[in-house]
Amino acid sequence: MKRFFPIDSKSEGLTLGLILFFVLLMPLLNGLVPDGSAFHVSSFQLSVWGKYLCYAILAMSLNMLWGYTGLLCLGHCLFFALGGYAFGMYLMLMIGELGAYKSTLPDFMVFLGYNELPLHWKPFYSPVVAVLAVFLVPGIVAFVFGLLAFRSRIKGVYFSILTQALTYAAALLFFRNDFTFGGNNGFTDFKYIFGADIRSEGTARGLFLASGFMLLAVYWLIAWMLQTKFGKVQKAIRDSENRVRFSGYSTTHFKVFIFVLSAMIAGMAGALYVPQSGIINPGEMWPTKGLDIVVWVAVGGRGTKIGPIIGAVLVNLLKSWSTKAYPDTWLIILGCLFVFVVLFMPNGIVGLWAQGKDLWQRRKGAGITEPEEAAA
Amino acid sequence: MKTYTTLCPVFILVFASLFFVIPDARGDEKNARSLLVDIVNGDSVGQEAALEALADESDPVINAFYSAFRSGNIFLMSTADGQTQVLIKEVNDYSDLLTGEAVNPTGELSVARASRGLRRDLKRLVDLLDLNSPNRSKKIAAAEKLGLSQNADYLPELRKRLPQQTEKSVIKAFQEGIYITELKVGSLEEKMRAVKGLGKMKSLPAKGFLEALIEESAADEEANRKLMVEAKNALMMINSHQAIVEKVGTLFRGLSLGSVLLLVSYGLAITFGQMGVINMAHGEFIAIGGYTVYIIQNFFANQFGVGSTGYEWYFIISLPFAFLIAALAGAALERGLVQFLYSRPLESLLATWGVSMILQQIFRLQFGAANVSVSSPEWLSGSFSAGGVSMSYSRMFLIFFALFVVVLTYLLLNRTKWGLHVRATTLNRQMASNLGVPSARVNMLTFAFGSGLAGLAGAFISQIGNVGPSMGQTYIVDSFMVVVVGGVANLFGSAISSLGIGMIDQSLQPVLGPVMGKISVLFAIILFLQFRPGGLFPSRSRSLDD
Repeated sequence: MKRFFPIDSKSEGLTLGLILFFVLLMPLLNGLVPDGSAFHVSSFQLSVWGKYLCYAILAMSLNMLWGYTGLLCLGHCLFFALGGYAFGMYLMLMIGELGAYKSTLPDFMVFLGYNELPLHWKPFYSPVVAVLAVFLVPGIVAFVFGLLAFRSRIKGVYFSILTQALTYAAALLFFRNDFTFGGNNGFTDFKYIFGADIRSEGTARGLFLASGFMLLAVYWLIAWMLQTKFGKVQKAIRDSENRVRFSGYSTTHFKVFIFVLSAMIAGMAGALYVPQSGIINPGEMWPTKGLDIVVWVAVGGRGTKIGPIIGAVLVNLLKSWSTKAYPDTWLIILGCLFVFVVLFMPNGIVGLWAQGKDLWQRRKGAGITEPEEAAA
Repeated sequence: MKTYTTLCPVFILVFASLFFVIPDARGDEKNARSLLVDIVNGDSVGQEAALEALADESDPVINAFYSAFRSGNIFLMSTADGQTQVLIKEVNDYSDLLTGEAVNPTGELSVARASRGLRRDLKRLVDLLDLNSPNRSKKIAAAEKLGLSQNADYLPELRKRLPQQTEKSVIKAFQEGIYITELKVGSLEEKMRAVKGLGKMKSLPAKGFLEALIEESAADEEANRKLMVEAKNALMMINSHQAIVEKVGTLFRGLSLGSVLLLVSYGLAITFGQMGVINMAHGEFIAIGGYTVYIIQNFFANQFGVGSTGYEWYFIISLPFAFLIAALAGAALERGLVQFLYSRPLESLLATWGVSMILQQIFRLQFGAANVSVSSPEWLSGSFSAGGVSMSYSRMFLIFFALFVVVLTYLLLNRTKWGLHVRATTLNRQMASNLGVPSARVNMLTFAFGSGLAGLAGAFISQIGNVGPSMGQTYIVDSFMVVVVGGVANLFGSAISSLGIGMIDQSLQPVLGPVMGKISVLFAIILFLQFRPGGLFPSRSRSLDD
């Protein structure tokens, strides 16, 4: 039984139940509770929470890579944005002739003087192709880059810096107008998704539910993988890659597989994100975004199943609150938070409980403390 | 005592000449002013004589007079004693043309009008004005401009002045102007001579004119075949010269970009390469350097006034300050944060990223979100040009300074005790500490030194780029790449790789454009590291790094 419901403890089950309850409750409050009521959730709020869920999926995908395999990718925003762009292409084509220029071409193409849809855009009229591309494009990029990097045994800090350079180069490329992806402005003004009006309440509910269920599905996938033999190798690579290699495992293949899977999950998160935020532009793959994701994971607790979800939602809530409340100093607040978390909460919010217990025991003079887990 | 007495007359001479030079210059202006008054007041004979005499003057007042005359801002006023005073109006203020003093007009004013002929003569005069300028570069620019206009009217003027010139570069400019004009208006013989001359002096501006000449001759049946052959010859010489000039120019730009990269990444090569700390706030230390220069510039501008001799010194004086302030910030960061994270390099990345956000926002609050303007002192602006290659002084200074930094760092690391300690700590922190190296202090100083270098880099960037809250972000990815390509823990490698990346970037730019050039360089680096994961100069070790 435990094989298919990989839940370690009662509290974990409880947390998951709470998440499921939240995912089901929000659309109900939006659809059934009348407008004036204090419990009503507006469609705008619903899509904001939907975006946070997408961020949580993104954070989980990075945690799989960093927390469980020890590969810190600073360019995970690239895969997120690639998935977003792939789905955005479909959404752009669904605008049809409702754009500002009343042309079948997307607005920015008319503006830039295109007469015909570029060849690589044509398949994206089909939603099936678009959804496939959401997984394939980030997957292929990750495969090529991962294979090259892991084969020549680039690891640790060097891997991080290279991924940052990769997303930097890609962002510069996407900022160009002649790259046929809308340059600086990216894609926006979407109208229809799978035939439904993208601005209707029903679509907002549907997208929120999809994000929520995807979050749970990804959670299940990661948890299931962790308790298989594969997951054990994964964690062993994190703790001592050379020993794993000497034991006869090809760590390169494992790492490439995990990298590709993680990139695909990030791409899917991006595809769910774009219709809810209504815009995708190259700013999403700027190197600072990649660092943001790392911070979510670190704040929540890296190498824990639930930590990335908590981190992504909390940091983004804090961000949206502080940008409004302290528009001048919110960056300082966030910066201080990161410094504080790194210095005093090495295991993030999830690790606080254990940290507190540890401290309590030391106070009591027990003197026997577990040796701290080696950090990668 | 003896030297003093011998030097004394020299001092007196210098002083005396200073005294005499200044009234002399004033005398020129006075002369020009009285001649101008003659032009307004005199009859046609007097005007002609005055124009003739003005042809040798170069005072800026002539220019001002011409534009005022053209727009009807020269007035005649009868004074009480029956004389006519000539006034020149600038915006709303009148001044006496003869003396240059401000005047409050009391009598009747009448506008002085110039006849068409006079206006044409004056225009000519103004065009030729800079040919007489005592400033060499102005003179050269004027001669080049007149040459490019290919106007037959100016030909005699250029020819007349050519023998008077003494400086080589000026003679060349005059000769070039004459030849280019002759290409169009000269006789066949003159054309022949001009074509040959231009080919010999490898004149780049003449290229277009020669091409036009060849095209014309090709269409014209009766054109002189010999002239055409000569023109083609000359063009070939110019083209090959141009190719060299472009190569040298690319080399220079590559060298200067490489020097920027070197300065920016050398600090990082020390903190990241030597100490193993990933300092994401390194970019903000660069910004600290830039803002230090900005503050000191403003201080000097307030104290001495813009353009004064004191102000000229601000940049030199701000260099040590930029270093020190960034170094202090670095020391504070090391003591306050980084020292706890030596065993967790990836987490030092996160924490310093937080610091970077904080610093950026502080800059934004303190100096505004927009870029602040830092002007170059006079001696750093302008450029030196040799054989058609122009190199700006600021970039040349930058290259030399980068070299200085490399040498200084080498000496510090290899010839001092502190350097020995740094190298020991780099190799094995634990062991060095056991052997009595004060590793905590060494770490702090090393980190401060690396940060100080970033501050210096920022000071230089203020002279050639923008100073703004996020200026550091532009360089951070590049500098990490430089260090990784060079081979971490190898400073020499960083120097080589920054120059190499600079060169490749600059030679790709003309072909691919700036952005695509940069993208290709980034992808090339990623590919390069597949083949040499340890960089250009990998550190060798038998230990297993797990």
